[in-house]
Amino acid sequence: MADTPLITARHLHKTYSMGDVEVHALRSVSLDIHRTEFVAIMGASGSGKSTFMNILGCLDVPTKGEYLLDGVDVGKLDKNMLARIRNEKIGFVFQGFNLLSRTTALENVELPMFYNNLSNKERTERAMEALRIVGLADRHHHMPNQLSGGQQQRVAIARSLVNQPSIILADEPTGNLDSRTSVEVMEIFQDLNDRGITILLVTHEADIAEYTKRNVIFKDGKVRTDIMVEKRRSATEILKTLPAIGDDAGEEEAA
Amino acid sequence: MSILNILKVAMRSLNRNKLRSFLTMLGIIIGVGAVIAMMAVGYGAQTRIQDQIATLGTNVLMIFPGSSNQGGVRGGMGSSSSLTTDDLAAIKEQCTAVQMASPAIRTGGQIVYGDNNWASTIMGGTAEYFPIRNWPLSSGQYFTEADVRGATKVCVLGQTVVDNLFRGGECIGAVIRIKKLPFKVVGVLAMKGQSAQGTDQDDIIIAPFTTVQKKVMGQTHLNTVLVSAVSDDAMGEAQAQITELLRVRHKLQAWEDNDFTVRSQTEIANAAESTTQVLTILLASIASISLLVGGIGIMNIMLVSVTERTREIGIRMSIGARGRDILFQFLIEAVVLSVLGGTIGVITGVTASKLISALAGWPTMVSATSVAMAFVFSAAVGIFFGFYPARKAAMLNPIDALRYE
Repeated sequence: MADTPLITARHLHKTYSMGDVEVHALRSVSLDIHRTEFVAIMGASGSGKSTFMNILGCLDVPTKGEYLLDGVDVGKLDKNMLARIRNEKIGFVFQGFNLLSRTTALENVELPMFYNNLSNKERTERAMEALRIVGLADRHHHMPNQLSGGQQQRVAIARSLVNQPSIILADEPTGNLDSRTSVEVMEIFQDLNDRGITILLVTHEADIAEYTKRNVIFKDGKVRTDIMVEKRRSATEILKTLPAIGDDAGEEEAA
Repeated sequence: MSILNILKVAMRSLNRNKLRSFLTMLGIIIGVGAVIAMMAVGYGAQTRIQDQIATLGTNVLMIFPGSSNQGGVRGGMGSSSSLTTDDLAAIKEQCTAVQMASPAIRTGGQIVYGDNNWASTIMGGTAEYFPIRNWPLSSGQYFTEADVRGATKVCVLGQTVVDNLFRGGECIGAVIRIKKLPFKVVGVLAMKGQSAQGTDQDDIIIAPFTTVQKKVMGQTHLNTVLVSAVSDDAMGEAQAQITELLRVRHKLQAWEDNDFTVRSQTEIANAAESTTQVLTILLASIASISLLVGGIGIMNIMLVSVTERTREIGIRMSIGARGRDILFQFLIEAVVLSVLGGTIGVITGVTASKLISALAGWPTMVSATSVAMAFVFSAAVGIFFGFYPARKAAMLNPIDALRYE
């Protein structure tokens, strides 16, 4: 099983019809992603990278082609089974954080576990553990509007972790963050990847892609470049060189 | 998601928009409250009529002679003189389902005692009249069968007559004048109150029918005969036996109609009851319309809520909520709204019916059935009007929902 890829995409096509016009978002994309990989998907807007991400995340189904996740042919599943896969095998991190407002950090992290019938006690324990990993255990009772952008994104990352997914899919996770906070978020991703979690992130920032292990570049609905990163940047090292412009706690007080 | 957690989420989201939730519930509160109060008024009226009818005795049959027909001019019911004392004796003797029988001949007249006078109803019966009508004494005693046979001038008074003639003085043993004839008062009857038709049943003087026939009215036939059946179940049988016996005694041919009528209290009771039932249904259906309007209010606000929370729905779906989970979440929210509204509505309705009783003096009765029905209906309203918005939420495409601004 070791050499079976975690994700196998074969000739994926996705066509949207906008009235009379047919938009080809994906034109035959094939890609394998193995366990413990850290992949950045890059490309201009309209290159099909978000569509690809939605299909990998089981939010959307391809028009044509085959997609195997962990050996399961996702194309043959119904809506409820797709929801179950999203719950158990996939963790999402979004550009806009997408936390529930007026709901504490802890409850936001607990949310995925409401849909797989864990006991209340285990749910809270696992959520606290995930918050500890992203370094926010002491802020578990804070509402999203009491947290800085970087902290909100860390809560979102904790939420993506709680069900021990096979892969974390991050869609422009640093898009709404300043450069230092972006590096901090990348530090968490690198740390998670070191713990053996497979991560796939979409970004259009080249420097962010340098923190990953492999870069796949999309253009016009096709994979144009697929290279391994040779000189991978370490977020921890970079952070040491950056001036300390005040930590998250300082930002929170300012806000 | 467990039902408890769904409930928690629903309560929290309703809590966030307190005023909005309350206004939405108000429709249901008014609807349920109105249904409960209207039904209470209706049931109250119905119970009062039933009680009044019970004061007449439930196993009582009334026999009236038919109408007279003199040269084509027909009198009203009871105008003919076909019912006689011999008929009465025969009924008592031969009808096995009949327990007791008494004539009830009725006339009116002026009664005088000392300086006071009062116009009242004079009723002639036998000693059995009192047990048939289930009418106890408050003081003194009834007249006896011997008084009936001897046509003695004794009488028993109703409370209203006592109040008007004696004004608090002692009346047992007193001699009053009925149409100028002296009658000795032997007893006073207990209060019976108003009849189903609204007449004062206590405004009455009861004397042996023989005395009334010969000395007051000067007639020999009977206007009415009251009969009690051996039990409530034997009413039909008693009616059949009497009808058969009287037809034979009156020598009626098979093609001739009865020259008498046998009626039971239940028939009168049923007529009165169906009238109030129609009234209750009418009131309740008007009130249900406001419940319907309340339901539409719930649907409206749930649709707004689904639109407002499209992004939340997208988030929940992306982390693994199935359509069913989303459907339940919004459906439960609607049901919580309507059942909460229903509960407050029941309290409001009960309070309102108490107020109606206190202020307007109408009898009201909140039945357990109407409370249970109000609950079931409000839950049903929640499910019915909550389903469409909830389904709309469940059918959302997660990608579109996530992108929704």
